[in-house]
Amino acid sequence: MDFSVVVEYFPRLLEGAWVSIQLVMISIVLGGVFALPIALARISPVAWIRAIPFAYIFFFRGTPLLVQIFLVYYGASQFEVVRESVLWPILREPFWCAIIAFTLNTSAYTAEIFRGAIQAIPPGEVEACKVIGMTKTQMYRRVLLPRAFGIVLPAYGNEIILMLKGSALASTITILDLTGMARTIIARTYTPMEIFLAAGAIYLVISIVIIAIFRQIEQRQNRYLGTLSIKVPDKG
Amino acid sequence: MIDLHGFGDQLLQGAIVTLELAMCSLFVGLVLGLLGASAKLSSFKVLRWIAHGYTTIIRGIPELLTVLIIYFGATSVLMAVAGLFGYDEYIEVGAFAAGVTALGLTFGAYATEVFRGALQSIPKGQHEAATALGMGPIRKFYRIILPQVWRIALPGLGNLFLVLLKDTALVSVVGLDDIMRKANIAVSSTKEAFLFYLVAAFMYLALTIISMVFVSYLEKRASRGLTRG
Repeated sequence: MDFSVVVEYFPRLLEGAWVSIQLVMISIVLGGVFALPIALARISPVAWIRAIPFAYIFFFRGTPLLVQIFLVYYGASQFEVVRESVLWPILREPFWCAIIAFTLNTSAYTAEIFRGAIQAIPPGEVEACKVIGMTKTQMYRRVLLPRAFGIVLPAYGNEIILMLKGSALASTITILDLTGMARTIIARTYTPMEIFLAAGAIYLVISIVIIAIFRQIEQRQNRYLGTLSIKVPDKG
Repeated sequence: MIDLHGFGDQLLQGAIVTLELAMCSLFVGLVLGLLGASAKLSSFKVLRWIAHGYTTIIRGIPELLTVLIIYFGATSVLMAVAGLFGYDEYIEVGAFAAGVTALGLTFGAYATEVFRGALQSIPKGQHEAATALGMGPIRKFYRIILPQVWRIALPGLGNLFLVLLKDTALVSVVGLDDIMRKANIAVSSTKEAFLFYLVAAFMYLALTIISMVFVSYLEKRASRGLTRG
């Protein structure tokens, strides 16, 4: 093996890594925004309101992300209506198709995480807030939301890592993310092992950084627990 | 519409390949997971390091990249090894073999953690009781430890299998004729992308539902010793 190609093409790989990070950041933020209403609808007392997010979550968690990306990128353009609509400039771009597919996918997973966190807060804490005489806004702002945030963190960190790994699929619709860039370089140099291993190492470094950041936030957020460690149910 | 322009049976053939791939990877993954968990709990530092490195690297790299590395890498590694023995014809690793290796490695890394947790949750008394009855380490493992580990690990392994089932779609990228690639072929000749990818999605969904039913049956079966008290 000859690792001088890695040195030569390292800047290109970093360019690809930046595209991957952008994909992950945009879809995580948008996915988080969509996930909250989905999670709230999922725990609604009305049966038919509950059914819609259930079907949505079931579909996006039960089918491969690759199928979802192809459905958005190749599938949408099958219809004349879509090609003539105002959304076409967006749906024509592979980057935005990947963002749409990733956002839909991650919002389904994140909604389940949020639901778990909301349901994990003991009812005693809600009662305690009422006894002290807090208004509903005060209760949410001071107790419930910070508490849910602390519970959500570990699972949310996992979800971002899964999203980072899922973002490699963007390379299948011609996006030059880290994997896509690696494949392009390999087509030119024909050194698959060296370049793929280098790309793998970059993914590993990004995951480690994400894990470290989340460990910091978690410690800060859950500092009131002192030395106690709380158990958060894994998603899945 | 029903026979999907004649591609219906093609997609079903793809489903069989997908299932074969999933089952073979499951087998490889379970073996690797048990080995990995034993290594992580071993008293040899070197084994612990190897297992730790294995799970960290595999879990930190995208599954697609693992598939690509195995598919393209295995060829050059095998050819280098064969070259040492004086064989210099071109060797190609099939997409199926590469897929089983890559997905088995991935499943094994996650299963290592599941098995490790399950192994650690078996009370020490169980080991001692088995030894007191005169069982050797192998018999103790098969008769006492494994059935209990199986029961505790099953829910976690079931989730991992659902992930594995979806990951099989990635092997279509290196040319395996699974559901996904059959759908690609159908799309390129009929231009009805939405229809065929939606059908593919529902086929995966059906496989997911069947697996979920099967796993819950296994879970009931594995814990029948508990419900009888």
